Amino acid sequence: MVTNMKAVLKSDLSSKQSRTRIGSSAGDKLFDIVMYFGLVIVVLIVLLPLLYVLSASFSNPIALREGRVWILPVEPTLMAYEAIFRDPSILKGFYNSIFYMVVGTVINLIMTVLAAYPLSRKQFFIRNYVMGIFTFTMLFSGGLIPLYLLVMNIGILNTRWAMLLPTALSVWNVIITRTFYMTNIPDEIYESTMIDGCSDFKFLLKIVLPLSGPIMAVMALFYGVAHWNTFFNALIFLSSDDLFPLQLVLRNILILHQFDAAVVVPFDALIRRMGLMELLRYAVIVVATMPMLCIYPFVQRYFVKGVMIGALKG
Amino acid sequence: MSDSIHLYDKRQEGTLNNSEKHFKPPKKRNALIQNFLRHWQLYLIMLLPIIYIVVFHYIPMYGVQLAFRSFNPSLGITGSPWAGFQFFDQFFRSPSSREVIWNTLEISIYTILAGFPIPIILAIAINEVKNSFFKKTVQMVTYAPFFISTVVVVGMLLQLLAARTGLIGRVISIIVGQEVHLMNDPAIFHDIFVWSGIWQTAGFGAIIYLAALAGVSPELQEAAVIDGASKMQRIWNVDIQCIRPTIVMLFILSIAGIMNVGFERIFLMQNPLNLSESEVISTFVYKTGLISFNFSFATAVGLFNSVVNCILLVTFNYILKRAGEASLW
Repeated sequence: MVTNMKAVLKSDLSSKQSRTRIGSSAGDKLFDIVMYFGLVIVVLIVLLPLLYVLSASFSNPIALREGRVWILPVEPTLMAYEAIFRDPSILKGFYNSIFYMVVGTVINLIMTVLAAYPLSRKQFFIRNYVMGIFTFTMLFSGGLIPLYLLVMNIGILNTRWAMLLPTALSVWNVIITRTFYMTNIPDEIYESTMIDGCSDFKFLLKIVLPLSGPIMAVMALFYGVAHWNTFFNALIFLSSDDLFPLQLVLRNILILHQFDAAVVVPFDALIRRMGLMELLRYAVIVVATMPMLCIYPFVQRYFVKGVMIGALKG
Repeated sequence: MSDSIHLYDKRQEGTLNNSEKHFKPPKKRNALIQNFLRHWQLYLIMLLPIIYIVVFHYIPMYGVQLAFRSFNPSLGITGSPWAGFQFFDQFFRSPSSREVIWNTLEISIYTILAGFPIPIILAIAINEVKNSFFKKTVQMVTYAPFFISTVVVVGMLLQLLAARTGLIGRVISIIVGQEVHLMNDPAIFHDIFVWSGIWQTAGFGAIIYLAALAGVSPELQEAAVIDGASKMQRIWNVDIQCIRPTIVMLFILSIAGIMNVGFERIFLMQNPLNLSESEVISTFVYKTGLISFNFSFATAVGLFNSVVNCILLVTFNYILKRAGEASLW
């Protein structure tokens, strides 16, 4: 009888507690469970394909062909990687991509500062007109063919310039940088330095540039990743193999399934038939993805920052 | 200090004194000239970007007249003879036009319907996570695919969907009981395209909503808790309402891209077997223009695309503005 009473009292107490404690009703608990479970599923959906590609690239080509590879490598081997680093087109592609990325990003940064700084000053009378001219290009474009003809007419078709000049500036990034300047370099500083006899050139060099560190990091990443990943401009503007960036080389290997025969020759015909090609493609994916996936955890916060500055303006 | 201000004013007046209308308020044109004289360096700094925009954006826009001329390489764009609406006519009469337009619309609408809400849901879920390690891990992992290039993502997709060696291809082959080549099946091309796109961009797309959610005031949340709101009610009535302007803005932007199905990804995913479902306007323009060299025809199709896009953007912006929501302008 007494124990029974105690039990009733206890249950009453606990139910009372759950009622008074904020935010822990049964519905909320269910919500939490569903949410955490859902997020775990999302993480798995993203990770599993990546993990499979990694494992497959290290597996024995025969095991891969027979479908014995699931999540972990089977009979690990490095043969695909040896083959890849013998392929001159991939190495050349790496070199070209790095060139386009570095030179292209430097051009982008210079152009972005040159555009964003005057547009951030209200002393620049025509800034609203210029802004209008810039943003209109985001709404309407001449399209592919006129751009192609232009690039052809100014004589940069099939040169490295074709990869650098048409993408010298992104209007969206100019807007982000301009917003940064407007909020971080107030007009008061500008006016007082002007009164002290500072010129606009000097202001740009001595005040704007030293203060642009954070936004330049963000912009360098935005532009850099775009240069590294793009293949469309290379596809339409370039025709000689020597100029191809990595992405175009990858397209030939991964999508069009063309692989330099010389690379595969050292292996005997049987293994070749048994899926070395397949293995090579997995390894190529890993080699092409690794640099970015190794860097991004350290730089992602800059991306987040850039997106947030962009969101500020909408 | 006051001396320098005085000097500064003098210099400013100097230009005024030279003009005859000293006592009348300066006209707008005069103000512009003065502004130019004082800040000519700003104009000079701006010169290079303006040249870029004119050359690489406005000259191609001018080149759009090619759509109304029949292009002759030796005469150039402006020298070629006028052809009126001949190429638009040709496009709308051709059997492929309906297919191409239909595919473009279908894929973009599917992309928006499936792809637009997912980053919002993801952001809200991440925002609700209290454990900061788990939160960081989810964010880190879901951002990852964004940093993989389109070519590699499509390459990966082809590998994973391969009937005999790919993870997904094998699982489905086992379920169905025979080897299935998913990439060659036109019936599921749209699903593959849309969901692989979501796989790549949903995590990164959530960032902007997470930023907006971080701005939701804790007072509102606390007030809702005290009023006895459950988590679902708080999310619906506080979080969603607070980030509503962001959602509307991004929705308009995604409408703006409705006719611009990402060329790169769809072009890479095409093969002759799925072409009936995978040919969209952008790939069609590329093929007719730069592979078959029908420059005028391709320009006309591209122009049609741009104009439809522009109209959609302006219309949706107008509708949402009238409805009292956020708008682009």
